[in-house]
Amino acid sequence: MSVAPQAGVPQAGAPQAVDVATARPRIRPLRWVAGAVLLVLVAQFARFLVTNPGFEWPVVGKYLFDPNVLRGLGMTLLLTVIVMLLGSVLGLLLAAGRLSGFRPVAWACGVYVTVFRSIPPLVQLIFWFNLGYLLPRIPLGIPFGPTFVSWPTNSVISSLTAAVIGLTLHEAAYMAEIVRAGILAVDGGQRDAARAMGFTARQSFVKVVLPQAMRVIVPPAGSEFISLLKGTSLVSVIAMADLLYSVQVIYNRTYEIVPLLIVACAWYLVVVISLSFGQRRLERHFGKGQR
Amino acid sequence: MSDTPVLRVRDVRKRFGDHVALDGVSLDVHEGEVVTVIGPSGSGKSTLVRCVHQLESIDGGAMHLDGELLGYEFHRGHLRPLPDRRVAAQRGRMGMVFQQFNLFPHWSVLRNVIEAQVLVHGRRPEEAREAALRLLERVGLADKADAHPRMLSGGQQQRVAIARALATNPRIMLFDEPTSALDPELVDEVLSVVLDLARGGMTMIIVTHEMSFAREVADRCVFMENGRVVETGAPEEIFDNPASPRLRAFLSRYSGRAAQIPDERLLEEETTS
Repeated sequence: MSVAPQAGVPQAGAPQAVDVATARPRIRPLRWVAGAVLLVLVAQFARFLVTNPGFEWPVVGKYLFDPNVLRGLGMTLLLTVIVMLLGSVLGLLLAAGRLSGFRPVAWACGVYVTVFRSIPPLVQLIFWFNLGYLLPRIPLGIPFGPTFVSWPTNSVISSLTAAVIGLTLHEAAYMAEIVRAGILAVDGGQRDAARAMGFTARQSFVKVVLPQAMRVIVPPAGSEFISLLKGTSLVSVIAMADLLYSVQVIYNRTYEIVPLLIVACAWYLVVVISLSFGQRRLERHFGKGQR
Repeated sequence: MSDTPVLRVRDVRKRFGDHVALDGVSLDVHEGEVVTVIGPSGSGKSTLVRCVHQLESIDGGAMHLDGELLGYEFHRGHLRPLPDRRVAAQRGRMGMVFQQFNLFPHWSVLRNVIEAQVLVHGRRPEEAREAALRLLERVGLADKADAHPRMLSGGQQQRVAIARALATNPRIMLFDEPTSALDPELVDEVLSVVLDLARGGMTMIIVTHEMSFAREVADRCVFMENGRVVETGAPEEIFDNPASPRLRAFLSRYSGRAAQIPDERLLEEETTS
């Protein structure tokens, strides 16, 4: 009669009591190799940063908090915030339009998204800045009818308005796709339930669908805002005094190109890191109550 | 007035593309009456209650709630669809319970039951809160008021969904297979709440696959197949003395395995062949 081996019963050739808690970790040689390679790379890079005189670290320190640089940073942040807000609102409307049951509206919003995702933002900026060639005066009146007032385009389109218009139209096209994906990700049963409660289409969208869509919208929207922040550096081509333009003005005078670019990079890095923190907090907020 | 049915459905037609979901369905539901709808999957039972609740538009026929035409109005001698706001108000006078519960996951249980009262029916928040707590008490979940839906079992979620639908004092409650998504051991807690409502005189249409329940709770039972009402009558007639061969065939598939969940695909195959 053979009896099945039981815990605690000594077996021939087996230790008396097996307890995996006493196991020691395996040695993984590849990890050691990867660690060593990393260490060498980091050390090499650090030496490059410290010993290469081209970085001119004292110059970086001198201009990091320069009033002109800070003013440029302020302009970059202002532009990012304005475009973020306008672009999100317009993107939300476009997304709602694309999901509309009225075909012409859905089609028009689709065309908008296709067109404005295809045009490089740099091209748009230059185009809007030069709108005066196409439209010397901006009229206000009845379509195909009389004009009540009009303004000279060149006095309306400053580099700020051109930047806001160009970047907002670009941003809105991307936000529209992000929001649309978020809305489509919400279970159809949620909309049914909201309608069944007697909510109007608008109440069900604002109270039920959108809050749940936010969980899907926030991560890509965060990336989009970060790329927008960096995208604002394009406005330096239309002579708008953003962060990049401000350091360019300085290095055109002093020829300290590398240290001043490092100043700009440092500030972009700081802002992007804070945006990432904000994004994580938003994700946690909208993740509440979800599976 | 008293002989106006709460719900009158007349010759309602609905198709999805080439598929005819409802092929001229008529049904009256009177005050305090409980109507159960049985039939194989794909027979149009769910489509019927979804159409009554105007979650789906209908292609023809007409539906009246307390004598008021649902979804349409007369305008200069022609019928035209109602604006969204008026349709929403009509929906607000009916309660719906879904197979998948569809609680709002971003709100607490209590807020799920409160919100429609405030938003749709303009009740004061304190009043709505008291009503919500009373209803949660009634479905035995007063202690879960502050929980989030995902923390509840399926049976508990469905009881909250019933409380939510009741919160606006609906004229009629519509149940779309309320226990089909539940684990077998959770079915009874939901059915007992529904039974309790029936005894309280609530007007209801219940689409269900639970045959013994369909018989026990019903004043009248409707058997549907291929988008038509095949047979309708008192539950004893339907279950003990089925007139049509199709109903007999349908019921025989359930007898002897009352405790089992019906194999829906099998039923579907047999009805289409």
